[in-house]
Formats: sequence, structure tokens, C-alpha cells
Amino acid sequence: MTIRRYLRLLPVVPSVLLLLLFLLAPVVWSFYASFTNAALSGRAARDPQWVGLENYVRMFSDDSFPLAAWLTVVFVAASAVLGQNVLGLLIALLMTRSRRAVSSWVGTVVVAAWVLPEIVAAFAAYAYFNRDGTLNQMLAFFGGQGPDWLYTFPLVAIILANTWRGTAFSMLVYRAALADVPQDVSEAALMDGAQGWQRLAFITLPLIRSSIATNLMLITLQTLAVFTLIWVMTAGGPANASTTLPVLAYQEAFKFGDIGYGTAVASVLIVLGVVFGAVYVRLLREQKP
Amino acid sequence: MSRPRFAADIALAVIGFCFMAPLLWLLLAAVDPQAGYQTALPSAPSMENFGAVLTPELLYQPLANSFLLSAGTAAVNLVAAVLAAYPLSRYQSRFNKPFMYSVLFGTSLPVTAIMVPVYGLFVQLQLLDSMVATIFFMATTTLPMAIWMMKNFMDSVPLELEEAAWMDGASSMTALRAVVLPLMRHGLGVVFIFVFIQAWGNFFVPFILLLSTAKQPAAVSIFSFFGQHGAIAYGQLAAFSILYSVPVLLLYVLVSRSVGSSFALSGSVKG
Repeated sequence: MTIRRYLRLLPVVPSVLLLLLFLLAPVVWSFYASFTNAALSGRAARDPQWVGLENYVRMFSDDSFPLAAWLTVVFVAASAVLGQNVLGLLIALLMTRSRRAVSSWVGTVVVAAWVLPEIVAAFAAYAYFNRDGTLNQMLAFFGGQGPDWLYTFPLVAIILANTWRGTAFSMLVYRAALADVPQDVSEAALMDGAQGWQRLAFITLPLIRSSIATNLMLITLQTLAVFTLIWVMTAGGPANASTTLPVLAYQEAFKFGDIGYGTAVASVLIVLGVVFGAVYVRLLREQKP
Repeated sequence: MSRPRFAADIALAVIGFCFMAPLLWLLLAAVDPQAGYQTALPSAPSMENFGAVLTPELLYQPLANSFLLSAGTAAVNLVAAVLAAYPLSRYQSRFNKPFMYSVLFGTSLPVTAIMVPVYGLFVQLQLLDSMVATIFFMATTTLPMAIWMMKNFMDSVPLELEEAAWMDGASSMTALRAVVLPLMRHGLGVVFIFVFIQAWGNFFVPFILLLSTAKQPAAVSIFSFFGQHGAIAYGQLAAFSILYSVPVLLLYVLVSRSVGSSFALSGSVKG
């Protein structure tokens, strides 16, 4: 009887094997390799040596890692938590009040930036922020003179670009959440004389707070992993000014051939992902009745 | 009541224009043989750029590779996810909950973080530059989401229908194939297209794991328009981008028409 019960689980095996081989094994290997001097080529490539905490010590004494960690925090906070989240909520709220034609047009445009393949969005953003690009053309039209965004303010450019690309997700989450807010609750508040912002702060936002929490977790995880957008727009430059952790891990491992150090950086990123992922799973668990 | 509505319209329209501006360049540059990165109405609009990229090496081969990678990834996903979802949906077991939460956790792992170790793994196993291995890896990265969506779709097929099949002596796998899957065709289509779109747009994974030009998908080959010495064929780049984007835009419209645009979130947010 028990054997039959285990046999029933047999169809799960292919999935489990794939997940173990291609997700869990790389994570474990990453932590192991981060304690070695593994390299892309040369003697250390064939026979990596155990170097203990050397990579981690170097990480914290090197200038590039603390800078990349800081840039990652700024990038995630500004483009995901502030940009995508707040703008997505704002668009969803405006959509509940505006004409159908306007809201469906804006919805289409915002979603288009999100559905486009990442590399195409990245090229479009590259052209947009270029010295002679569309943004500066528009600024010139209003009599201003824009800087060379990608060189002078690379982080600002990638923050704006990532906000442009990712807002659709938050917008869709909040549209679904707002549609579930019962009409009579907010109408009752209107009867009691609540102002627009009061209704928002004391009724609407508390009602959708679980959507806000899960959305924040998801967009944080997605933004933490952004590579292509940054790689195409600035390649991390100039002089590491837009090198976030994924870009640093890539550069150390593949450009400088230092797999050991690259995996150490990747391991930090994995730990961050695990922490945020665990919080996200907890949030969903608590929501379930 | 009409004044706040007007204000909302204006505010939304301004946001819409800001979101449209970068896309406008793409559309205009594609039909402008003299395109740079300025947004301008083409002085002599033509399809010249499209003509220039419609060659086997530039367009067809990379698109065929993209198709192969994406369809392969989606197919592996579909098979693995259907098999995994069946016992999770049909039998109560003490493994179900922990498994589903691990899978949910897997949906949120940042994939770029594991690309360096995956490269190392592929070197060790001598799988670099292998299309098949790349397909299996890409399938694994989207598998958690696919299992999660698939289980939700399968839960909505009533169990009673299979019990009739079991009474007639059918095995569970026969019941799955003959009863359950036909009833969730729609869900299968959604998962397939969803995974296909993800794989089609994936740049980083094939960029790291596929080395030879002949195997690279459009997401990677697009770099050739950057040219040597920084000379960029902007018009061709834009034309190629459009041709490369059209399939996924169409698939997205197809799915969102039938399920509603929140389809992509069904696996992640609703839980």
C-alpha cells in the first residue's frame, strides 16, 4: 500500500531531476567555487585550488564590490520600489477614473514596453537616452539642454529605463487588486465626506496591502536580476558607475576570467534572492485562508 | 464629477506619451534608411532597412534558432509540468505542500545570479554550445512557474470525470491523457505560449551558453548590427527588432484575449 503511494509520485521525478540538476546544483556549486581560485583559462582552470575565504576577503577590501552593492540597492529602490511600484499604482488608480479610450490606449503602450523582448527594449532605451537621442531632442524643444545621460548620469538613465520597462507588471497587479475592492466601501466613505486622498490612504491602500506586499517582493527580485538592460545601455560603465551585482559577477567571471571571484559575487546575489524569495513565500502563505 | 475625470485623462495621457516616446524611435527608424538615434519623421521613408535584413544569415537562421530554442523549451516544460502537476493535483500527500512551496520559491530565484555557476557546470559536463542542453536549462528556469500554473489549471478539472475512467479500468496515466488533458487544452496552450514568450526574449542564457554563431538566436545575433568600430546600422537594427518582436507581441495578444491580461500573474500573485 505504501509502495503504491510512492509510485503515484513517480511522474514528479522528471521535474525534480531537472530542478536538482539545473537549479540546485548550480547554487551549491556556486558556493563551493567561491572558495576556490577557479579560472576561465590557465592552470587554475584545470586544477582549481581551495583558497578559503580569500575571495570574500577580497570582495570587501576591493572597491568595486561595495560600490556595486550600493548601486544595486539604489537601482532596486529607485526603479522598482519607487518607480515601477508607485507609477504602476498611480496608473491603475487613474484608470479607474478616466475615459475608457484613454485608459485602454495607455494600458496598451505600457504593456508594449513590457512584452517587447528585453534586448529590443534595451536598444530602444539606449537610443532614447543617447546624447542626440529622443529625450534630449524633447528637452531641446522646450529650450533646455540635456546632458549626455549614458556618460554623465548612467545610473539615472538605467533607473528610468527599467521603470519604463517594468511598470506594466505593477500596473496589472494593481488593476486586478483595485477591481476587487468593493464599490460600496469606498462609496460609504465618500458619503461620510472623506476626501480623495483620505479614501486612498485609509480605505483603498489597506484593502490592497497584500497585493502591494507581494508585488514589492516580486519586482524587487526581478530588478535584482536585471542584466541585459544595463549591459546594452552602459555595459556597467563609465568606470563602474552603473555596475550592479549581476554585471560585476559577469565581468569578473567572463571578462577577467576569475570564476572563483565571480561566483563569490554571484553567491551574495543568490543569498539576497533566497532571503527575498523566502519572505515572498511567507507572505503568500499567510494570505491563504 | 467630470472635472476629476478630465484631470485623470490628462495625467494618464501624459504618462502614455512618456511611455510611447522610446517606442516611437523604433517605429520611425525602421522605415528611415538614414536613421540615427534621433527621432525624426523619415525624409524618404522606405522599406530598405527591412530589405537589408531579410537575408538567411541575418534573419532567417537566428529566427529559426529562436524558434527551435523557444519551442523546445516550451515542449520540455509542458511535458514535465503536466506529469508533475497530476499527482500534486489528484492525490493528497504530505509531500504536496512542501513541494509546492519549494516550487513557488523556485519561481523567484534570480536567474542571472546562477549564470556564472551554470557556465561552470556546463564546462564540467562538456555541454557548452549544445542547443539541447541549453533548452533543458531554459526549461528548468521557467519550470517552477509552469508547474504552478499547470496545477491551478488541473485543479479546475473535476475529479469525478476521471473516476468513471478508473472504474473502466484505465490507469491514472491513461485517465490523464484521455480525460484530463483534453479538458484543459486551453490551460496547456496558455502555459506553452507563456514559456515560449519568455524563452523567445531570453538574451542572457544563450549569450553565455551558446558559442557558435550558427546556433545563436535572434536575441544574441542582434548584436551584429552594432558593427565593428562602433558603427551602428540604426535603421537595420530597428527593422530587425520589429521583425523579431512581432511573433511574441502576437502571441501575447492571443493569450491576453482569451485569458485576460492578468494571465501572466496567475501563477505568481494569486498563489
